[in-house]
Amino acid sequence: MELEKLRHGTELIKRGFAKMQKGGVIMDVTTPEQARIAEEAGAVAVMALQAVPADIRKAGGVARMADPQIIADIIDTVTIPVMAKARIGHFVEAEILQALGVDMVDESEVLTPADHKYHIEKTDFTVPFVCGARNLGEALRRINEGAAMIRTKGEAGTGDVSEAVKHMKQIMGEVRALRGMTREEMTRVAREIEAPIELVLETAQMQRLPVVNFAAGGVATPADAALMMRLGADGVFVGSGIFKAEIPEKMATAIVEAVNNYDNPEVLAEISKGIGAGMKGISVDTIPQEQVLQTRGW
Amino acid sequence: MRIGVIAIQGDVSEHVDALARALEERGRLADIVTIKHKGIVPQCDALVLPGGESTTLGRLLVREGIADEIRQMHLSGKPIMGTCAGLILLARGGDEQVRKTHQHLLGIMDTKVNRNAFGRQRESFETELGLPFLDSPYSAVFIRAPGIVECGGDVKVLASIDDMVVAAEQGNLLALAFHPELTRDSRVHQYFLDKLF
Repeated sequence: MELEKLRHGTELIKRGFAKMQKGGVIMDVTTPEQARIAEEAGAVAVMALQAVPADIRKAGGVARMADPQIIADIIDTVTIPVMAKARIGHFVEAEILQALGVDMVDESEVLTPADHKYHIEKTDFTVPFVCGARNLGEALRRINEGAAMIRTKGEAGTGDVSEAVKHMKQIMGEVRALRGMTREEMTRVAREIEAPIELVLETAQMQRLPVVNFAAGGVATPADAALMMRLGADGVFVGSGIFKAEIPEKMATAIVEAVNNYDNPEVLAEISKGIGAGMKGISVDTIPQEQVLQTRGW
Repeated sequence: MRIGVIAIQGDVSEHVDALARALEERGRLADIVTIKHKGIVPQCDALVLPGGESTTLGRLLVREGIADEIRQMHLSGKPIMGTCAGLILLARGGDEQVRKTHQHLLGIMDTKVNRNAFGRQRESFETELGLPFLDSPYSAVFIRAPGIVECGGDVKVLASIDDMVVAAEQGNLLALAFHPELTRDSRVHQYFLDKLF
């Protein structure tokens, strides 16, 4: 077959990739060894990083795309997809990640934003993007820019799930509220949440976000992961929660099993036994306003 | 009739929707059930292994005790369709990539697969594919798609791209490297249903 007959990077292919991740756990890793542990535990993909969010938070300073060498080494190590983070608005970091062969780019508030006005124009890329959102307006603006997947922002690197819960309930609630609205009313909503009317109509009709929607930001235990699934997440990102736990291998396996058994408390009880302590974490209430990550992006 | 869709991970709801559309277009009735735990596969008359991550799916099929149930189902000759990751799971053997991750395979189809035969996500593609049971090309979506590199004598090749087999059947088994569940065209699912009714 002639190569020119193959169409690459279409919306169907980008959104389709995200659909293959549904019901899965995506884990933050910083070394090939961690990536292997994640794959062995049953992760559907890994997020290659220089440092996990908890360490980024501790270190302060400017957080950037990971060293391409680390990402390349992780790509060589595992067979599951490898994702990596680019700074908000930093389209050159995203181009570098695409050139490396990364399977999905996370335009992430965990890194220091490179542009305080514009997110990356994601439709220009062959590789799909995932972006964080706290509410329906943010989610639909990102989708309009070309995001193929949405995740709640939560508050990364805290091990405190409360912000992820808040953002998931917010988005789900806003989607539910569209039910039964007239077109006129939805036009008003679109204006208020600053989202394109076409995407508001599509969301209302589907009664869900038009792309896959994962939970992220503060998930630290099997129970946290199951909670987010119960709230309607299509799957879960776990950042610092795995490799800041006492026994990462056990925590990783338990979280994967919890996502597959999220609606069965008896099984969840078994899964949660004897897996060691979760990450120590930090309560969101005690974080000074200037260190909050979720307000990055708009 | 009851059609099961393995729902451990992957694009399950898309297969459920596609099966429902195909049933309607064929004027047939059947229950569609999603399967996450053991005990349900033996009650099904046909089974779909969806797209997803084969490494993850393989591990959890074994951990949940579903893998052996699928092997039993195959022995009874009931139709089983695997798309993308499903094509890998059906196979009896794999390439270097499959071996290095100790991938759990069901080993019920006489095929050897290459896990990411067409490369990474940036190489994923759509193309028009000719299939012998359809009278016009099918718009097929390949996502980090696998390919079949070796087929046993009983395996019938349905479509290839270059040297890579992307659709094949062997008796009750139908293996596809692409995702018929991602498009509105339900003709492939209808073809699968014809094995059941």
